[in-house]
Amino acid sequence: MDIYTLQDFFTFTKGVIYILVIITLIGLAGFWRFLTERDED
Amino acid sequence: MSNEGTTAGKFQMTPFNMVAGVIVILGVIVTILRFTGGLGAVTNLTDYNPWGIWIGFDLLVGVALSAGGFVTSAAVYIFGLKKYHSAVRPAILTAFLGYALVVLALHYDVGRPWRLPYPFIVQQGTSSVLFEVGACVALYLTVLFIEWSPTAMEWLGLKKIRGIVIKLTLLLTIFGVILSTLHQSSLGALFLIAPSKLHPLWYSKYIPIYFFVSAVIAGLSMVIFESTLSHRYFHDKMDETHLAESRGVTLGFGKAAAYTLAGYFLLKVIGVAADNDWHYLATGYGAWFLVELLGFIALPCFVYAVGVREKNTTLIRWAAAWTVLGIILNRFNISLIAFNYHLPASERYFPHWMEVVISVFIVTLGLVLFRFIATRMPIFYEAAGYDDAH
Repeated sequence: MDIYTLQDFFTFTKGVIYILVIITLIGLAGFWRFLTERDED
Repeated sequence: MSNEGTTAGKFQMTPFNMVAGVIVILGVIVTILRFTGGLGAVTNLTDYNPWGIWIGFDLLVGVALSAGGFVTSAAVYIFGLKKYHSAVRPAILTAFLGYALVVLALHYDVGRPWRLPYPFIVQQGTSSVLFEVGACVALYLTVLFIEWSPTAMEWLGLKKIRGIVIKLTLLLTIFGVILSTLHQSSLGALFLIAPSKLHPLWYSKYIPIYFFVSAVIAGLSMVIFESTLSHRYFHDKMDETHLAESRGVTLGFGKAAAYTLAGYFLLKVIGVAADNDWHYLATGYGAWFLVELLGFIALPCFVYAVGVREKNTTLIRWAAAWTVLGIILNRFNISLIAFNYHLPASERYFPHWMEVVISVFIVTLGLVLFRFIATRMPIFYEAAGYDDAH
């Protein structure tokens, strides 16, 4: 994406961050499961 | 670090004592040179590079690796995880010695160390991040001294005053968590003032958050790392409770470290995205950044996770040591390697050998003091007559 203005910059970077945050939330939930699924209650 | 070298105050010629003795002698000589000849006599510091390894290692790494004190006491006294209680005293001792040595190192680094109290008594400089760091470190060192003092009081038999201090435990823990949160993050915030000096991959508006989160990781990892060394050298000083809880501490702290490392990794990636720094990853500094990100954050995170899943404490201990190295690398990257990255090689900083001697001297002092206290005072066991909850 070509960035010419500050608005272009924030539109692009915020868009990428939103995608990363969704990946983060799903990833951390999955990672917690990976960490704890063999725990004894 | 043989335990036998300290028995009943008799000095013995063990390998640790001999090496430590040589380092202390060298350290004393360089200390005399430093305080008689000034900074220029023993350092490679310049106006371009006013912060060298005495700040990058002794202070930034020292403070981060001392975070185990507030992390452990918060887990036990605030979150009620009493199963980790046996880890509190070693963690508090490590933190107390760590902060005390940070302040000692600062005396070497600042030009006029006798002016260290100036921010508090001459001018407050309340708009300065450095003032906040100074104030928090001074207060937190005091808090850690009070938190550690019951150990010395039990050794000295001061039962009454020890009882009063024990009643302050929760208050001190809360105060310690607040102060740590403030100054661990503010140490990172110090670099916010230098966007043109710190390489964009390490510079981020999130750097205070990175410093705080990585300090929590450092604290968790140091508790495991210190426990590993203590089990090797002070095994005979540990009571049954300490030995029985040790495996649980390693697994629990390993799990917390794995999860925090995963969050830290994702925060770092989000930081790159926020500044649109992706193109720097294809450069030499980018490769070095990826070494830190993948080799010293993602890799120990994975090793911790496998260790926790498999209940493999050996794997967790290796991950802890690797993570401690990663924290040292991160602080070095931010304060030295990626700092002033635009300067020509001739203007870059490389520590003078006498700076290294002082840093090694200070670490050695920490080890000697830890051993002195751990072999005499109730760090790994409950003292007789003081088995009440604390």
